Amino acid sequence: MATDVAVTDQGHGHELDPNLNYLQAGRGVLSWLVTLDHKRIGVMYLISVLTAFFMGGVFALLVRLELLFQGRTIMGPETYNRAFTLHGAIMVFLFIIPSVPAALGNFVLPMMLGAKDVAFPRLNLLSFYIYVVGAIFALYSIISGGVDTGWTFYTPYSTGTNGSVVSMTLGVFILGFSSILTGLNFLVTMHKLRAPGLHWRRMPLFLWGMYATSIMQVLATPVLAITLLLLAVERTFGLGIFDPALGGDPVLFQHFFWFYSHPAVYIMIVPGMAIVSELFATFTRRAIFGYFAVAMSSLGLALLGFIVWGHHMFTSGQSEFATMAFSALTMLVAIPSGVKVFNWTATLYKGSIWLTTPMLYALAFLVQFTIGGLTGLFCGTLSVDIHLHDTYFIVAHFHYVMMGGTVFGFLGGLLYWWPKITGKLYDERLAKVSWFFVFVGFNATFLVQFIMGSQGMPRRYFDYLPEFGRYHAFSTVGSWILGLGFLIMAWVLVKSLRSGPPSPPNPWGSAGYEWQSASPPIVLNFPEVPTITRGPYDYHLATEEELFDGFPEDRAKK
Amino acid sequence: MNPTEPTIQLPGGWSTLSPSVDWTYYFIYWMSVVLFVGIIGAALYFVWKYERSKHPKSEPTGHNLPLEVGWTVAPVIFLALIFHWGFEQYVSMTSPPADTLDIRVRGRKWSWDFEYPNGGHSPELHVPVGRAVRLLISSEDVLHAFFIPVFRVKRDAVPGMYGTLWFRATRTGRAPFYCAEYCGAAGNTPAQDGSYAGHFNMRGEITIQTMQEYLTFEESLLGPHPGESTADWGQRMYRENQCFTCHSTDGTRMAGPSWRGLFGRQERMSDGNGVTVEENYLRQSILDPSARVVEGFQPVMPTYRGTLNDRQIDAIIAYIRTLH
Repeated sequence: MATDVAVTDQGHGHELDPNLNYLQAGRGVLSWLVTLDHKRIGVMYLISVLTAFFMGGVFALLVRLELLFQGRTIMGPETYNRAFTLHGAIMVFLFIIPSVPAALGNFVLPMMLGAKDVAFPRLNLLSFYIYVVGAIFALYSIISGGVDTGWTFYTPYSTGTNGSVVSMTLGVFILGFSSILTGLNFLVTMHKLRAPGLHWRRMPLFLWGMYATSIMQVLATPVLAITLLLLAVERTFGLGIFDPALGGDPVLFQHFFWFYSHPAVYIMIVPGMAIVSELFATFTRRAIFGYFAVAMSSLGLALLGFIVWGHHMFTSGQSEFATMAFSALTMLVAIPSGVKVFNWTATLYKGSIWLTTPMLYALAFLVQFTIGGLTGLFCGTLSVDIHLHDTYFIVAHFHYVMMGGTVFGFLGGLLYWWPKITGKLYDERLAKVSWFFVFVGFNATFLVQFIMGSQGMPRRYFDYLPEFGRYHAFSTVGSWILGLGFLIMAWVLVKSLRSGPPSPPNPWGSAGYEWQSASPPIVLNFPEVPTITRGPYDYHLATEEELFDGFPEDRAKK
Repeated sequence: MNPTEPTIQLPGGWSTLSPSVDWTYYFIYWMSVVLFVGIIGAALYFVWKYERSKHPKSEPTGHNLPLEVGWTVAPVIFLALIFHWGFEQYVSMTSPPADTLDIRVRGRKWSWDFEYPNGGHSPELHVPVGRAVRLLISSEDVLHAFFIPVFRVKRDAVPGMYGTLWFRATRTGRAPFYCAEYCGAAGNTPAQDGSYAGHFNMRGEITIQTMQEYLTFEESLLGPHPGESTADWGQRMYRENQCFTCHSTDGTRMAGPSWRGLFGRQERMSDGNGVTVEENYLRQSILDPSARVVEGFQPVMPTYRGTLNDRQIDAIIAYIRTLH
């Protein structure tokens, strides 16, 4: 690239007309692979995470299919252990963590700020390629023998077992850097590139969620990196850190691992909440009730995320005092979570509720996150957790939060921003059908797992006692309904890409700043730097028709 | 304390601690039901009432500080309450009385060994009813966790560290126990009887019996059953110690050499030396399995030193001699 490129065009192919939409500007594979446009990087991330989601989903269906009948159904125990490990590792590290921030966030975050791009476009592309390299390591470990440690890599099992543990942990190690760079980039972008007039109290709640997430990504991920490096060193060079046979301490690994992985849980759920706040605002046509409290509750969760890791270790043999402190701190998590749920519910009050598919996903999020959150109270209460720990109750609890929460939020966000990203509308009727199957299938799969768990069925079991048979069969049938829902959803998206009608700039009539651009957006997002004179949820300033055509005061500026 | 019957959600509660744990469980459950119905009921009502065909223009409601402060602070009361109960019960769970009957529990891939106060070992867990029993738990390899649902207790088995749990059973009977911390599997090939070994099979049944029955059981651990020959006793040791996980008796090659025709055979060791399988080699293979490994096999067998006594090892050798 020539050195005399104007700064304003940096990284956007200065030779191209900046008024072209971002999909048409630059043709060919290379124009994508070396792009610095946050939108194209977001799309590449989106394709990657959807591929990972598909793979993780196939492993999930295989795991459930194996559990359909007692004894061996389709695979042996070793294969089963690899299947659930890959399901967990792929879903956590390759799908959920990058899904909202790196894929959707990359696309909409600068647009919500009225910016041309993120603060460091090259770093953004680098983080994508680091993700790809990490994913290749993870894929290599699948092909080269698989990993059977569970996504938690607990020592000393992970130190001694066969399989490609080192390449998998290196993959996760590398993926961590991608996550750190994205977080860093977003923090700087939100601090430095807000459009004139976009002060902190006007920041869309999605961005507050991204802000909280980015802080956690930047501060917690290095600890995971260190932990995995130590594990790889122990496995490769026999240096005793976690394995008691070598003089190490296996409980230390759990402390290190959860010091990252508990914040990681919030790295996963806070972006889901962030999307849902946007969906509630757009489809109730009103400001989120208690905007400030919802924004601060994201930061509250980020803070609490760092001081509750020990609640994963109530039975591990950590000191009783630590256990007490972690239980008490864990209870506090209920407060910001409750604030969000109450405020979203209150937002429905006197709104004008438009039941689009994204809104249905947001409502399903509300139902399922409430269940996921309330069942968290059982897990945080010491005596009750001793019984429930490492049973299917835990499996159900975190799937209600991670899948019923984050994944539903992600799907809602994907459909919501789909017309902006692709410039095409999708079939709402069919999308609602797919939502129905996903909703019913998800709850059929996981609700019954709470009962299994409280009855004493431990997790990560290849086989089970006969009394759990009917629950397992029910759950497996539920997973098929869920799978069917996703198949229909995939068809909705493919159909939209192939023959979807062109989308107007603002098909939902949202007051959000990102919708004030063309669909798909032009290379530099907005023809000129927008000046923000209103809040992102100021629906009372426009009539319903004006919402679709553009806010009166926004138009006056043009 | 009386034992409780199983419900849809919880298995029967058979220990002195279980009623209070269950009470806390159901308190949280009903609190959650009320909150869930309240929140989702309100949400669905609003969705129905303010659906856009009925309510085309939203009416912003502004702020309501008392409401917001209210639903931030009110949960704290309930949270403090359930934390308090949970912690109080946890303290009881981790504070055994002074006069416990101690049973040593050792986890290894993929079986449990129970050592009773008289020095007898068994893969079966028997405990007397009404007496405080303390389990001293450790692991010989990776992490395991010992979990008895009817007592509502669970504790990780960590190598190089003791974990304890205690309970006082309130009724006799049999109930399952499990390994609750993932610990792998023995591969995809089933054993002779079609069963697989692994985390999921590291389970069994606890037998809660009267003190008299318990003492009889404990006594029986030290020798053969009445009328049992030494070789039959050895066969029982083979079964109870789950040697079948790795050693077949029909010639099938598994993780370890088959015992069929083993005695008297010439075997090549992984270091290239030859060995004739006789009593001393078998004894060494049980107590120090990695010392001399037959060529083509991995040194994966754990030691049975401290698990099997001399008489039991003699009995196992006698059993192997019968497998021509």
